[in-house]
Amino acid sequence: MKIAVTSQGGSLDSQVDPRFGRAAYFVIVDTSTMEFEAIENQNIAASGGAGIGSAKTVIDAGVQAVLTGNCGPNAHKTLTAAGIRLFTCLSGTVAEAIETYKSGKAVEASGPNVKSHSGMDA
Amino acid sequence: MSRGFTVAVASGKGGTGKTTIAVNLAHIAAGLGRKVQYLDCDVEEPNGHIFLKPQITGRRAVTVDVPQVDTDKCTGCGECGRICQYSAIVHITGNNVLTFEQLCHSCGGCIRICPVGAIKPRLLAIGEIELGTAGNVGFVQGRLRIGNVRTPSLIKKVKSHIRKGCLAIVDVPPGTSCPVVEAVKGADFVLLVTEPTPFGLNDLKLAVALVRQMGLPFAVAINRYGLGNDEVEKYCKSENIEIILKLPDDRRIAEAYSTGQMVVDALCEYKEQFLGLAHVMAGR
Repeated sequence: MKIAVTSQGGSLDSQVDPRFGRAAYFVIVDTSTMEFEAIENQNIAASGGAGIGSAKTVIDAGVQAVLTGNCGPNAHKTLTAAGIRLFTCLSGTVAEAIETYKSGKAVEASGPNVKSHSGMDA
Repeated sequence: MSRGFTVAVASGKGGTGKTTIAVNLAHIAAGLGRKVQYLDCDVEEPNGHIFLKPQITGRRAVTVDVPQVDTDKCTGCGECGRICQYSAIVHITGNNVLTFEQLCHSCGGCIRICPVGAIKPRLLAIGEIELGTAGNVGFVQGRLRIGNVRTPSLIKKVKSHIRKGCLAIVDVPPGTSCPVVEAVKGADFVLLVTEPTPFGLNDLKLAVALVRQMGLPFAVAINRYGLGNDEVEKYCKSENIEIILKLPDDRRIAEAYSTGQMVVDALCEYKEQFLGLAHVMAGR
């Protein structure tokens, strides 16, 4: 199963980026093999619609779940429309976040946990 | 004088006295026998009506076009999402297309690019325009609907009510972002209102950069003159910017403002200054 983790760098040792829409990278990981690919986020400096653009990026990458820190309303709506499960409040390295997810300790978000544009100043 | 003239009263910083100066200028200029219009383009919080106390004689709803997708026709090609620069329309999978109407800028790109004609325009109400008269002053005001962000579109509509041959005084929202650009666009003259404080100066510099880039003639009005320091004056001198009005830091002006009175009516001694300003505007 493929999942996307928002990341400050392009590897499994990188720190989880707390922002979804304006994350530096999306690390796309196959949870069974731990093979991964890092996608640089083109929406990082968008004036608006970053969350939607980022959601589109991970939808096109074919993931079934997203692990991140915070996610706003528009990104949440877009991910939900694609049937992608969203797990927020994750921190530490990408590898640690995946471990948390695999062990069933990650909490699935029932909705957005921050307002629009929360990642603009972070 | 039959030629029209549009003055935009703007400022970088909020709360410097744009509305105070705009409504008093409108009132005095109308008293001189000119055809005057006051247009409140501060559509997120229009307050010129508090002072002009207009009789509203007409209301117009303002709408913009946003996309509506017919999923029966959609083939899921994703062209709509690729052309949109604002992520206002996004293709998920199959014929599942999401729209975010508050992000839409109504360019119509998605509607035109859709190869199967599955996208049609739908009207979204963003606010309303109120028309009326305040004594001899023609009054136009835009009011954005709460929750809407299409400020420039509404401002454009407010300005479409500028009549030929009038001295049109445009009350601009504060700041230097898109709504301000839309409000000052096409003005014959921009009056930048500031206050003699570090904040006032900082934001004045931003506003000056904006009007210079737009190539608009402008001058500065200093409100609450006597407060703070003389850095604004030094800046204007060094940049060769004309200071066209100095309204003193007078508690009685604030008292008149707080009770919705015109400064020129409440305090006769300031009539001269606004008459002077009105004459300068008439001469340009």
